[in-house]
Order: sequence, then structure tokens, then C-alpha cells
Amino acid sequence: MIGWIIVGIVVVLALLWVGIYNGLVQARMRTQESWSQIDVQLKRRNDLIPNLVETVKGSAKFEQGTLEKVVSLRNALTQTPTDDHQKTMALSDQLTNSLKSVFAVAESYPDLKASNQYNKLMEELTNTENKIAYSRQLFNTTTATYNTKLQSFPTNFVAKIHSFKPSEFLETPAEEREMVNVSFDERGL
Amino acid sequence: MLFEQIAKNKRKTIVLFVGFFLFMGIVGAALGYCMFGEWVAGVIIAVVTGIVYAVYMFGQSTDVVMGMNHAQEITNADQAPDLWHIVEDMALVANVPMPRVFIIDDPSPNAFATGNDPEHAAVAATSGIMSVLTREELEGVMAHEMTHVRNYDIRLQTIAVALTSAIAMLANFGTHFWYFGGSRNRDNKEGNVIALIASIAVLVLAPIAATLVQLAISRNREFLADAGAVELTRNPQGLINALNKISNSEPMSDENVSPESAALYISNPLQTKKLTNLFSTHPPMSERISALQKM
Repeated sequence: MIGWIIVGIVVVLALLWVGIYNGLVQARMRTQESWSQIDVQLKRRNDLIPNLVETVKGSAKFEQGTLEKVVSLRNALTQTPTDDHQKTMALSDQLTNSLKSVFAVAESYPDLKASNQYNKLMEELTNTENKIAYSRQLFNTTTATYNTKLQSFPTNFVAKIHSFKPSEFLETPAEEREMVNVSFDERGL
Repeated sequence: MLFEQIAKNKRKTIVLFVGFFLFMGIVGAALGYCMFGEWVAGVIIAVVTGIVYAVYMFGQSTDVVMGMNHAQEITNADQAPDLWHIVEDMALVANVPMPRVFIIDDPSPNAFATGNDPEHAAVAATSGIMSVLTREELEGVMAHEMTHVRNYDIRLQTIAVALTSAIAMLANFGTHFWYFGGSRNRDNKEGNVIALIASIAVLVLAPIAATLVQLAISRNREFLADAGAVELTRNPQGLINALNKISNSEPMSDENVSPESAALYISNPLQTKKLTNLFSTHPPMSERISALQKM
């Protein structure tokens, strides 16, 4: 009788262990999936930039180095390994800013603004920039869920034994942080 | 919090179904007894009809609701780039699949979401909302709709709409029965009883239909979706401006909106009367805006 009870307890514990382990794997996969969302958008932007440079080069005068900076940031981004999240996002933010300055200059050229090709590129780039921002937010949400799991009992025990590593939050650029009232800080992480 | 809301919505959907079948059964029994003097047959016919209708609605709800509101589906970004991209963004950040997108040709700004679950969801926007709102404001509105999708509000609301329209249809049938069937059988005693029951049914049915909608679409749900929208966009001001613009505009044309689905919209699309405020499906806009301002 006592033997059966012990067997029962062991079976229940083993099932519990498997359940927790699978939950952790799933949560970790969600963070990886949301990173690949960002990656897709970054690649898309990288593909759009040569087009943009071609389109604006002939029709607008830029300060020395404005376009070169965009191109060199783009190239640096393509060469950064994608698993280096922090460096990738830091470069991406710089690229976002230099693209803004390109658009600011282009604003004062009516020919360019009337061009269909330019407007289409503009909409595509705006769309991509928005998606980068939103997928970054999704990444931080999935990261928060995963990291909370890692730290709460009894999941932390299983996580430690199978050496699950916490996922790192992506920094929000300083100017965006000021605009926003609801912040990530509530999560206390 | 999110999961509690989802569980609650799933529970309420079941209650709604059980209530609907009970109701169909009672009506069937009454009609069956009067027409063939056999209430069991009436119950069987009513319940079978109810099941067929429910299965049909479950499969086709999106198309039926969109049809009721004269919405046209768009299938690629070029047809409405801003709307399409915003819906894409909001689906992305809410972590739900891209829903189908519909446009209602109406100058009044409004929008709603429908469907069975996040995998089979759809959003509709009026042409007015696309011209009146800025990108940021439209983002707020679509984030609100995407929260309804993620919470399974859409399933409960859509089923409520379907069942309410079934009951409205039954009530309609009862009314016609009273006018035509009733007069033909004026001398027939049995006919009078049927007519009497039909008219009582009409009297009883309408308020029940209304109560069903009330049950399903609590005002709380709109507050929750507003809060969810801010969680997604991190920008309460966008939604505040959007709600201000929507509440200060003309109601939608009666031809486009079916009254049964009015509760789905982000803001009541029909003319609002002050007196009915207590029973309205949407909380007062001023309360929603002041809740958002505190965020």
C-alpha cells in the first residue's frame, strides 16, 4: 500500500516537472519568435534603403555625409550578428534618426514630394519603422512573461536545473520614453 | 487578468447558448401545442432549428455580421494602406493573427470587430473613420478592437448578435401571424389562441432580446478594451482624441447599421436618446475619456 502511494507521488511529481519544463520552453520560444519579428522588419528596411538613396540622391541636396551615414549604418546593421540584440537595436535606432533627417531635408523639395515613387517608399518606410517599434514592444512583453516564470516558485527550481537563461529587455530609445505615460517600469524589472 | 477575462467570456457564451435553447424549446412547445396539440413535436422542431441555426452562425458569423452592416472586404494593403498597416501593427503587438479587414461606406467615423476567435476574426472600419482620424488616433481605435479580439469578447458579442437577431426574427414572424394568420381564422377558436400566444410572445420576446445583449455586452467590456488599447499603443492621447472626434460626429446611416449589431461598435452608431442611457450598451463617452485621462 505505502509502496503504491510513493509510486503515485513520484508519477505526479514527474508529470508536474514535465509540464513546467514544457511551459518554460514555450515561453522561451515566444521570446525568440518575437525577436524574429523584429529581424524581419529590420531586413525589410535594409532592403528599402538603397531604393530610397537612389530616389533622393538626384533630386535633393543633402549636407555632406547625410546619405553616406545612412548607407554605412545600414551596412553595419547587416553585418551585426542578429543574436546580438542590444547592438542591433542601438544601430537600428541610429539608423531611424538619420532616416528622419533625410526625410526632413526631402520635405523642402516639392518635386520629390510629388513623386509617386518617393511617396510609396515613404509609406513603406513609415510602416516598417512602426512595425519595428511595435515588435520591440512585443519582444519586451514576451521577455517579461518568460523572466517572471524563471523567477517564480516552483518554476525557478526546474529552470535552474535545466539552466534556462533570462532574456534581456530591449532598451527603449530615450525620446520615445519621454512621450509615453504608461511604461514598462510597473513590472519592476 | 487577461486570462480571467477570457475564461469569463467563454463561460458567458455557454450561458447564452443554454438560455437560447431553453427559450427556443419553450416557444416550440407553445406553438406545437397550439398547432398540432402535441408539444413534444414542437420542442423537437424548435431545438433542431435552433441547432441548425447555431451551427450555421458559428461557421458564418463573420460574413453574416459584415453583411448585416454592408461591409466590403479588402484583401490587400493597396486598397487602404493606412488602415491595413495599422491593423497589421496592432495584430502584431497584440500577438494575434492578422484579422480580415472590411470597410463600410459611411461618412460617420466608427469601427467594430467580430469573429469566433482570434484565428477567425475580422475588423470593420467606416470610410469616415479613415478620413477623419489621424494615424495615431486610428491606431488607438484599432488597438481597442484588437483587445476585443484577444479577449474573446468578439465571440460572445457575435453570438449575442446572432441570437438576438434570431429572436427578433421570431418576434417578427409572430407579428405577421397576428395580422394575417389571425384574421383568416377569426371564427376559429384555435386560431385565436394561437394568435394570442403569438402576440404575447412578441411582447415577451423584445425585452428578452434586449436583455440578452445587455448580458453579453456589459459596459465594463468597453472600459477594459480602452485600457487594453493603451497597453498596446502606450499612447492614451491617441484614443482620447479619437473618441472625442467620434462622439462629436453624426450617427451612421440607418441603412448601413442593423440595430442588433449596434452593440459591437466602438461607439453607439445610432442616434442616442438621453433617457435610455441607463440601459445603453455603451458607457457614456465622457466616462471613458476621463478613465483614459487618468492613465
